Amino acid sequence: MSELRVRAGGLYTTVQDTGRFGHYHMGMPPSGAMDTYSAVVANMLVGNPDGAGVLEGTYVGPTLEFTDDRLVAVTGADVPVTLNDEPVEPWTAIRVRSGDVLGFAMIRAGCRAYVAVSGGIDVPVYLGSRSTYTLTGIGGHEGRKLVDDESLPLGAAEGPGRDGAVVPEDLRPDLTGTAELRTVVGLCSYRLTEGGLASFLGTDWKVTKDADRVGYRLRGGKLDFTEREQPFGAGSDPANVVDLGYPVGSIQVPGGDEPIVLLNDAVTGGGYATIGTVISVDRDRIAQTKTGDAVRFNSVDLDTALAARRDRRERIERVRSRIAR
Amino acid sequence: MTTEKIQLPPARYEYGGDEFVFVELDQAMSLEANFAGMAVTNALRQEAIEGVVDICPSNASYMVQIDPDRLDPRELVEELRRLESTVGTLPEDYVLKTRVVDVPVLFDDPWTHETLMRFRDRHQDPDATDLEYAARINGFDSVQGVVDAMTSAPWIVTMLGFVPGLPFCYQLVPRERQIQVPKYVRPRTDTPERTFGFGGAFAVVYPVRGAGGYQMFGMAPAPVFDLSQSLPDFADDICFPKANDVLRYRAIDMAEFEATRSEVEKGTFRYRIREVEFEPATLLADPDAVNRELLEVLYR
Repeated sequence: MSELRVRAGGLYTTVQDTGRFGHYHMGMPPSGAMDTYSAVVANMLVGNPDGAGVLEGTYVGPTLEFTDDRLVAVTGADVPVTLNDEPVEPWTAIRVRSGDVLGFAMIRAGCRAYVAVSGGIDVPVYLGSRSTYTLTGIGGHEGRKLVDDESLPLGAAEGPGRDGAVVPEDLRPDLTGTAELRTVVGLCSYRLTEGGLASFLGTDWKVTKDADRVGYRLRGGKLDFTEREQPFGAGSDPANVVDLGYPVGSIQVPGGDEPIVLLNDAVTGGGYATIGTVISVDRDRIAQTKTGDAVRFNSVDLDTALAARRDRRERIERVRSRIAR
Repeated sequence: MTTEKIQLPPARYEYGGDEFVFVELDQAMSLEANFAGMAVTNALRQEAIEGVVDICPSNASYMVQIDPDRLDPRELVEELRRLESTVGTLPEDYVLKTRVVDVPVLFDDPWTHETLMRFRDRHQDPDATDLEYAARINGFDSVQGVVDAMTSAPWIVTMLGFVPGLPFCYQLVPRERQIQVPKYVRPRTDTPERTFGFGGAFAVVYPVRGAGGYQMFGMAPAPVFDLSQSLPDFADDICFPKANDVLRYRAIDMAEFEATRSEVEKGTFRYRIREVEFEPATLLADPDAVNRELLEVLYR
């Protein structure tokens, strides 16, 4: 069986695909690539199905050695990539041979890089997905992040990938500047005062060091809750509600001064008031922010959220047709 | 005894972005709200609508995850409103078929005690243990009083979540007899696996070690989550609790705790489980009578 050698695991590299669905009701989050667009496009470049297993590297990418002929593509964060210490182009399918070594330098912009290899990272499918969920240690490669000096199984490279296939610049995400996160305000936003909600939407929030696949904690403002007699069963803090389900992408503000955006590996429910949800497309964008980066929440309606989703699908199809040429 | 009937407000429909619909049945917890959620989510599940990814009943609310490429969230909300008006409450003669399960708990155990002592700075009452605090604010003279209250009547699983397999349990007693405690002032960064926790009006067993905000009262010797699926009760699922399970938390001593732990480690442990059915309407009208029956079935 063919394998991919992990010479260095990088800071936090996991196997992911498009996610594990149908188990939210028992408390299992979807996991999956945090930046879906980049992961899907990486797979396309090497001729894989959109949902094949990829590697998601965080800040410091892995060092990978190939053991046979493959196509490889790196997408996502803006990071210098090397093959045998020579720079190679990201967002491009590259032919590699046995003994070739793919490496990463420091990230320039963004946070997460995706590595797709033709044939896909062929770890066992668990509950319908290859995604890693480290909290309970399931899926991916032994349910954990990669470590130095180990191997990953690769599938048979039978796809239509072609050396040199490239994603044009205008179809790559813009990762510069403040991340504008379109947000459907609601859920329990009635818990905030009018001023609290205005301040939520008007603040440039900074990503704290507590920002990972579970969620992003932000700082920079203070939000006031309306006073009320707490409903039965909620608990006494003004941010408490009777424990309820949390949508992926939802925002809660325990204590009023530290919004938390829940992401792919988040808890599925709990007792803090949720005040809105980042639209699915813009989870890709927050996934590419890192500690110290600025984010803003822009209130949008459901129509805008659905239109953004259609837009992303169209962009994915445009990439597909460009690559097919 | 009978209890005051709780009237629910109209449900509140909210979009959790483009992939979720969140429906709040009431801001306050009640069995009425939970049963209303059960009625609608049961009906929705039977419809098997294309594009519904998951149906997640919660305590006094529920959530539906959808694939918006296949189902417009607005169409789903229309259907949910229709279900609210047609099947929005369980019929008077509805019979809930479920399981009643004996769940042993060692209260005031050394492991959660060690952990809670490390986080006194995050607690409302740094000079008391979590159990002492809960006893005091709920008007009991002693820790034993609050333990007796929690173990005398069974609980129903009204929500699963937070992490895989965590059961939120609500006691089958009228509101005036419910125990309530706040969550920690600031969440802990550590909670031992199998901690029996309490927050708001909910009792839980933590499936895995990790962060947590609930008060810590004790430790269950048997797991609610078993990734290896080596215990017989986990043959079909890594999570033991199911929605609507009736759990009876039973206080045990250290000798029984250790005996049960060794059964778990040998892979021979099985929960005491009995199939049971009861009418939620009867439960609301006379909880003590239904509880007696449930416990009678469990220990028959």
